[in-house]
Amino acid sequence: MPAIEILGLTKDYAVGFWRKRMRRSLDNLSLEVNEGEIFGFLGPNGAGKTTCMKLLMGLIFPTAGTARILGRPIDDVAMHRDIGYLPEQPYFYDYLTARELLDYYARFSGFSAAERRARVTRVLERVGLASAADVQLRKFSKGMLQRAGIAQAIIHDPRIVFLDEPMSGLDPIGRREVRDIILDLKTQGRTVFFSTHILSDAEMLCDRVAVLHLGKLRGVGSPGKIVSVEVHAMEILFEPAEGHSLPPGLAQRAMPVGGRYRLELPEAALYSAFDEIRACNARILSVSPVRQTLEDYFLGLVERAPQATPPVEAGTR
Amino acid sequence: MSAMPRVVAINTFREAVRDRVLYNLVVFALLMIGAAILVGQISIGIERLVIVNLGLSAISIFGLVMAVFIGVGLVYKEIEKRTLYTLFSKPIRRWEFLVGKYAGLVLTLVINTVLMTIGLAAALLYIGRSFARADVSILIAVYFILLSLALVTAIALFFSCFSSPLLSTLFTLGIYVTGIFAADIRGFGALTSSAFLKGATSVVYYLVPNFRNFNSIAAAAHGESIPFSLVWQNTAYALIYIVLLLIASSAVFSRRNLK
Ligand SMILES: Nc1ncnc2c1ncn2[C@@H]1O[C@H](COP(=O)(O)OP(=O)(O)O)[C@@H](O)[C@H]1O
Ligand SMILES: [Mg+2]
Repeated sequence: MPAIEILGLTKDYAVGFWRKRMRRSLDNLSLEVNEGEIFGFLGPNGAGKTTCMKLLMGLIFPTAGTARILGRPIDDVAMHRDIGYLPEQPYFYDYLTARELLDYYARFSGFSAAERRARVTRVLERVGLASAADVQLRKFSKGMLQRAGIAQAIIHDPRIVFLDEPMSGLDPIGRREVRDIILDLKTQGRTVFFSTHILSDAEMLCDRVAVLHLGKLRGVGSPGKIVSVEVHAMEILFEPAEGHSLPPGLAQRAMPVGGRYRLELPEAALYSAFDEIRACNARILSVSPVRQTLEDYFLGLVERAPQATPPVEAGTR
Repeated sequence: MSAMPRVVAINTFREAVRDRVLYNLVVFALLMIGAAILVGQISIGIERLVIVNLGLSAISIFGLVMAVFIGVGLVYKEIEKRTLYTLFSKPIRRWEFLVGKYAGLVLTLVINTVLMTIGLAAALLYIGRSFARADVSILIAVYFILLSLALVTAIALFFSCFSSPLLSTLFTLGIYVTGIFAADIRGFGALTSSAFLKGATSVVYYLVPNFRNFNSIAAAAHGESIPFSLVWQNTAYALIYIVLLLIASSAVFSRRNLK
């Protein structure tokens, strides 16, 4: 039995103030997510990722299609015992402290008071909010709210965790911590279904990804296969030695950035550039591949598939 | 009450407390103290009448303001602020949430009303009256006020499932005022010769809860006894409306796409 089974899910929204027209935000999406996998739901802003998550959570109702989670229909609320959900930009009762909030959510899983206390303490620790446990949420930063949101999504050890843009609003350390949490969940045999518009997050974590664009599914498979990230070029960041200027050949090609230089070049030319930099005693600060961004990737998708038209007009009402 | 609504109800009560809703009690206490001191100085023999009248009217008005203004935001606020997203990912049904929100506000109103009633009793003691059997009607009057508040809350909750707080307030107060004058409206219809007006006013009379049924303030103030049959009639009357309104609310809310 697949963990998540999406069958032709479609959602039209009414748009426009006076003359309401219907716009298709999710178009006949079919998808299967297996139990135990980390599944990345990729797409640029407006692709329909959040819409899909909200449909799966029963927050909005599909125009057409159905879905099953753990073999149960999505309107079966009892199934929610086994799932956790982090909404995009979560917002909570701001008159509660983090501890009270999590205790509140844990009550819906029917834990005893002692069990709740233990779980709340553990999960606050897990998401790095232990020191803010007794602070009212109105004083939380965006990143802290995100952590609280992850905490409530995993406090009851759900079998499937739905995370809508879990890394957004987090600093690099926070993103790293969230990645660790996701990988932990996988180790515990949980299924993680998370959406992102950031390609590297997906690459680093996912067993499989689905790519969504303008409400339509564009491909499913392993990240390497689906989003073939071609490394076009390398980038060297270097700093000239004190009192030295760059030889003209290098100065011409490199771009000055705040006293340092950035040099972009094909991979094959990397080692000769190293030699040049060494020759003038400059210090290399970093060498990194220049990757296609997800936006580039999607631009490519649209160009390669011109038959795919922008938002489908599903007629007027 | 089953587990899910209870959890929501307790949290709703906690929100009201943290939002300092119960501070209205301070105003009520000052009002009672002022009134008690004043009537003690000026009136002869009508102290009880004045204090009971004033106290019960204040309990009713304070409660009404609370029921309407908190009631219309009960669901709306949770939709607007999207606090429902995480809540509905838990194993709770939409009607359970509604019942919980409703019960939470009614609980707040009950506690507020009980505290105000204690204040009223203290004011009566202050003006030098020991309690008598006739004072039972004061308690019954308070109970009727609570029934009407529970009904107003259900109306406010119903509107808050699909309209903005401002509109919900207008609708709820509109129904409340219409309900107070329901009998007069039908009386007016009976006087006209127009069959349409007769019909329309009757429909209004039967559709809108007749809020005057819940007003026993005058009887309580004059120390008249209130027939016990009225107690269960009013209880049944309010409960029927409340249950129907909650069913209608959950029918609307359960189909709603959240923002
Ligand atoms: N409540 C709504 N009403 C009208 N249009 C909406 C609503 N929610 C989302 N949309 C539209 O649906 C499309 C998909 O949005 P969304 O699911 O939020 O995308 P993503 O999460 O991938 O960024 C967008 O074009 C968005 O404008
Ligand atoms: Mg989104």
